[in-house]
Amino acid sequence: MTSIADTRITAAPRRRLQAAASWTLTIAFALAMLALLPLGFVLWATVETGWATAFQLIFRARVGDLMVNTILLVAFTVPICTVLAVSLAWLTERTDLPGARLWSWLSVAPLAVPAFVHSYAWIGMWPSLNGLFAGVVISVVAYFPFLYLPVSAAFRLLDPALEDQAASLGLAPPAVFRRVVLPQLRLALCGGALLIGLHLLSEYGLYAMIRFDTFTTAIIDQFQSTYNGVAAHMLALVLVACCFVLLGLEAGLRGRSRYARLGSGAARRPKITRLGKWTYPCLLLPIATAGFSLGIPTLTIGRWLVAGGAGVWRVDEVGLSLFQTLLICLVGGIATTAAAVPIAWLSVRRPTRGSRFLEGCYYLASSMPGVVVALALVTVTVRVMLPLYQTVATIVLAYMVMFLPRALVSLRASIAQVPVELEQAAASLGRSPGNALWSTTVRLAAPGAAAGVALASLGIMNELTATQMLAPNGTRTLAMAFFALTGEIDYAGAAPYALLMILFSMPLTWLLHYQSKKIAGR
Amino acid sequence: MSTVFTPSAGAAALGLSILAGSVPASAQVADSITIYNAQHEGLTKEWVEAFTEETGIVVTVRNGSDLEFANQIVQEGANSPADVLLTENSPAMALVDGKGLFEQVDQATLDQVPEGFRPGNGHWVGIAARSTVFAYDRTKLSEDKLPKSMLDLAKPEWKGRWAASPSGADFQAIVGALLQLKGEQATGEWLKGMKENFTAYRGNSTAMKAVNAGQTEGALIYHYYYFGDQAKTGENSKNVALHYFKNQDPGAFVSISGGGVLASSKHKGQAQAFLKWVTGKGGQTVLRDGTSFEYAVGKGEASNKALVPLADLQAPKVEPSALNNAKVTDLMTAAGLL
Repeated sequence: MTSIADTRITAAPRRRLQAAASWTLTIAFALAMLALLPLGFVLWATVETGWATAFQLIFRARVGDLMVNTILLVAFTVPICTVLAVSLAWLTERTDLPGARLWSWLSVAPLAVPAFVHSYAWIGMWPSLNGLFAGVVISVVAYFPFLYLPVSAAFRLLDPALEDQAASLGLAPPAVFRRVVLPQLRLALCGGALLIGLHLLSEYGLYAMIRFDTFTTAIIDQFQSTYNGVAAHMLALVLVACCFVLLGLEAGLRGRSRYARLGSGAARRPKITRLGKWTYPCLLLPIATAGFSLGIPTLTIGRWLVAGGAGVWRVDEVGLSLFQTLLICLVGGIATTAAAVPIAWLSVRRPTRGSRFLEGCYYLASSMPGVVVALALVTVTVRVMLPLYQTVATIVLAYMVMFLPRALVSLRASIAQVPVELEQAAASLGRSPGNALWSTTVRLAAPGAAAGVALASLGIMNELTATQMLAPNGTRTLAMAFFALTGEIDYAGAAPYALLMILFSMPLTWLLHYQSKKIAGR
Repeated sequence: MSTVFTPSAGAAALGLSILAGSVPASAQVADSITIYNAQHEGLTKEWVEAFTEETGIVVTVRNGSDLEFANQIVQEGANSPADVLLTENSPAMALVDGKGLFEQVDQATLDQVPEGFRPGNGHWVGIAARSTVFAYDRTKLSEDKLPKSMLDLAKPEWKGRWAASPSGADFQAIVGALLQLKGEQATGEWLKGMKENFTAYRGNSTAMKAVNAGQTEGALIYHYYYFGDQAKTGENSKNVALHYFKNQDPGAFVSISGGGVLASSKHKGQAQAFLKWVTGKGGQTVLRDGTSFEYAVGKGEASNKALVPLADLQAPKVEPSALNNAKVTDLMTAAGLL
């Protein structure tokens, strides 16, 4: 008898945890469907437009021009970013370059400068910059950290044994690098390059300021003259198709090779290359990069702040804008992280084919450009969900769709570090499943959640396109105010907004840098 | 399981309500209106601040562009959160009026504005005006080398020498006037010539800046960008001079900025009060003394002294309520400009 009773006592909490898991799966599924709404919208819009009209709007000279621009932009920017990021990562991680830690941090810091502020800085310095060349140069300085971060982390994790073996088999150092090191960086390179490619497709402000037309700028132009017209929807369809091409390319190039170390023991620390007489020439690279990516924004903003004097610090306007921005970052960041909890928990505690599929859905949804997400939500709310039209809820939903993976990565890492036995113990002591999770895993994963909120907030702070289209009446975030002022060539008036965005992004960018070091265990 | 999410969801809800509180929403305050503003943010800000100070009516502004708002209002229909629409040009007003979404403007307001600056049906009213100009690089072009007519800019001798902002509502209004004055065929041909000759910039300020920097010889824009920059540092217009086409040329077109009260407005009294104020002494004085340098249109109201008087511009006669933007967009798309 007693044994039966015992089983009952221990089985009940487990069953309850089981029920909790299926509830979590349901919630994660519902959120994934919500996240895929923009994608569904684009398909629906195409069907509604009708093939004849769609064909006419897609296959025209203007779309061809935009396609050429987009392909050239990606084809030049991504390889240049790759070479730059790999060189910088090698110098800072694998050589005795003086001040390597400082250069490493300075190679991530440009992320604190919103892409459109980079653009503003460059045209402040060289007013006639325009077109493809300017687009490529500014994109490189704005986005190369997306490759530097994963590549430098991968350098730290490489097992030097492979390189030693290659060398002992007679390969010269350059050949070792090409045949042994580079292939091992493949995952980091593919991931970073994909991220940059997606940013190139979805960025608006950077290209609008230098008169370089992409699908995103063309959609905004259409939006400004037709609101959510058919032509805008069809451009969005082409843009989404471009995103899919990038996702497909990345999946194809990533390959299926094994990269982990086999056998017992830990990898040695990698060998440090002595630069010797090459030290000073090599220093030129990080110095020039920092000069272009950080020096130019600092100089331009500084110059305009001096020119504008105290007059540009209209405290009522700048202050209100800052307050609204911080609030929307906080709300958006918390909501995004909360939405990431179910899938993060599932992917650690109940990894199944279903949970991996849902995770894929979130990543796919977040790779849709902000302009497409906003266009979808504007149309859906104004037509069928009117109570949500122009509300905070809608814009927060857009942020969730766009930034959920950032929160997911942080959350998952910290949930994985909490022993599952704590949850079970709490449940067997009579706590309800939710309570059991809350009092153990969720609390212990709080640092990861905080990092998730911070990283999502960083994205929200510098988001312009979707915010502009979805913001409730009367909202004026730092990014919106900045862009409106530069549109009227009031560069001095825009400078305080640029400065504030950078100052508030800096600590968040530092967190990103810190996190990448931590993942690599150093 | 749901309890797990309650604390963070609760925090989010709290945040939402805080945020909602920080953004003045017209629905919450009885004596308040929402304006969809396509006019320059600075000008509307000057208007709104003075209006609120005088009347105590709180104003929430959403900023955007002419045709974005016109089409947005058409989609929102009876549920539009906007009470007032302010534009830079007439075509957007004509579009909303064509759908029957405007309320009749109070007669007292209409009486403040001369007939030439408002549509005959009184569904909306002119609030300000701007003149088309050819802003040119005076270090490169002397007066005898300037185009006699806007139509000359489509001729081969102007290839690669001038700029405009074709995606903007301002330029599209100018094309609208050309269409009304010269007809569809002439306009289509002019746009084709333009496509061959001109360089596209995003925004009139940027186009003027390009003229100043010597990147192009001239730009077809409105007059006040020059005066606004001169009043500030002049750094983007020091090499620029303005050429007025006059002689009833299409290039002498004076565009009327409009204001209207939406039929769906739930605060019609306050909205009408705003229009009356803007077209009256208060609003027109802001045009004269403020930083916008747009023309005042109120009866007996003077414009800024720096401007060439409206009466001297010899503008062609254009019916603002008949400006057809849909046709303009079609023609511009056909010419490969959009």
